[in-house]
Amino acid sequence: MILQVRAHWRRDRFELAVEMQLPLEGVTALFGRSGCGKTSLLRVIAGLERLKGAEVMLGGQVWQQGRQFVPLHRRRIGLVFQEHSLLPHLSVRDNLLYGYRRTPLPERRLHLAEVAAMLGLDALLDRGIDQLSGGQRQRVSLGRALLTSPRLLLLDEPLSALDTQTKREIMPFLSRLAVEAGVPMIMISHAPDEVERLADRVVFMRDGRIDCIETLREALARPDSPLFDEEGPASVLQGDLAPPTDNGLHPFQIGSERIWLVGASGRARGDARLRILARDVALALDLPGRTSVLNQLPVSVERIDPGPDGRVTVACRLADGQVLLSQITAWSAQSLALRPGTGAYALIKSVALME
Amino acid sequence: MLGLSPADWQAIEVTFKLCLYTTLILLVIATPLAWWLSAKRSGLRVAVQAVVALPLVLPPTVLGFYLLVALGPRGVVGQTLENIGLTHLAFSFEGILVASVIYSMPFAVQPLYEAFSNLSRRHVEVASALGANLFDRFFTVILPLTRGGFVVAATLTFAHTLGEFGVILMLGGSIPGETKVLSVLIYDHTEAMNYEAAHRLSAMLLVFAFLTLFVVYGINRRFQIAKL
Repeated sequence: MILQVRAHWRRDRFELAVEMQLPLEGVTALFGRSGCGKTSLLRVIAGLERLKGAEVMLGGQVWQQGRQFVPLHRRRIGLVFQEHSLLPHLSVRDNLLYGYRRTPLPERRLHLAEVAAMLGLDALLDRGIDQLSGGQRQRVSLGRALLTSPRLLLLDEPLSALDTQTKREIMPFLSRLAVEAGVPMIMISHAPDEVERLADRVVFMRDGRIDCIETLREALARPDSPLFDEEGPASVLQGDLAPPTDNGLHPFQIGSERIWLVGASGRARGDARLRILARDVALALDLPGRTSVLNQLPVSVERIDPGPDGRVTVACRLADGQVLLSQITAWSAQSLALRPGTGAYALIKSVALME
Repeated sequence: MLGLSPADWQAIEVTFKLCLYTTLILLVIATPLAWWLSAKRSGLRVAVQAVVALPLVLPPTVLGFYLLVALGPRGVVGQTLENIGLTHLAFSFEGILVASVIYSMPFAVQPLYEAFSNLSRRHVEVASALGANLFDRFFTVILPLTRGGFVVAATLTFAHTLGEFGVILMLGGSIPGETKVLSVLIYDHTEAMNYEAAHRLSAMLLVFAFLTLFVVYGINRRFQIAKL
């Protein structure tokens, strides 16, 4: 399904100028600094802002074009905001059912029981809104939106008002939801780790314009990606997480190689993503003998890109084809005589299992 | 009963009818108006807000005078009504009803404006996304979340209409059963040196007004809605 948006909006000193054709499947992240127009774009898509001359189409259906304008209540969009969007005069159950009751019978694909189970809401159904924690509220908001069996879910920074602990609690629900509910999502975010964890595709925005639309893999493959603005380049590796062995560490299998993880107990097993900052990856031509660095993977240098402050970003190919970025000084790269094709060992100092 | 004469009862009936109709009409008019006013700030909205508040500062005679001119047989409105086969509105119940609606408008609009301003638009947007149309949103989200504002608006409108005098005298005169309301009747009793009758009606109004305000401020405290 393709979402087509064309919108021009000038207000005070802000200008939004967007023309895009966005393939919608899985999770699309709208990424950019605050004030870059992410929320405005989302409001145009939802029909909360009715801009003159704007065009919004989903699949073959026109939501806005010329004089034609489908109001939000007939678009069947699930909206989830940062916070405070539950109806305070209704119980959790009535909040969840508010949209469900207004969804025509033949359109109802998701029902209370399964959504409550998916989001762990069973025990909360009869509570009032003021008896919920921040994380529980967001879960109810998500569930409520899902129960309208929407054609599209729009999430406006759904995690940003939550503390780290709660974020960690919600993340798995969000990523499960993307898979299980089968509803395409557009999620606003300014947090690279959220995007890397959840998104399949990223729309990069800057100053009211769209910079580019890339798959997450493409976005992570270029060292100058805006995702790396704050912490520098990072790689995301897919693999398989197994229970801890005798040494107390969890093996994370990447093809035939493995990375040892600390403190991953209690996390889901199976498919997982690891995030590794390029500055935490050193390169060596020979396996160092005795070292405290646990994780040493054979790699082959693929590309060397100049970075800031006399550093270079080295893209290394792992045995199974995934790419690991390493940031070292240009001087090191030169003295090791690194060039495409060079075999080396990546020494990984620290990894983070993505929640 | 209560030592009231048939004329007193007639005035009470006219007054009650006037207050009730005014309140109902104003709730219908003031709700969309207050919603529109609270939606955004703009020059036009501020101007409209000022016009709505005019009866608060103008002498009732000024309002009554202009209404008499406009609604009377030779006024813009009155003449138009005559031309289409109706009667003009001066010295009639319908006339003082129109006057009451205008005169009490700030008392209906202001509490609703405050209530709507304090209502998070997000709740309304969410209800739209969940498939609720305008009326549905109004009755299932806006009204339950601002009901305090509605109670205050209705009570104040009713009570304020009860206290009308100048505008009615200017526009409606003192026609028994048509435009003679309690405040006018009290004036007539006093003019006729019938202090006892004036006393009874005045005391009634005093008690009623106190109870009304007592209720309003009680609600106000509970809902923290209108500042008057």
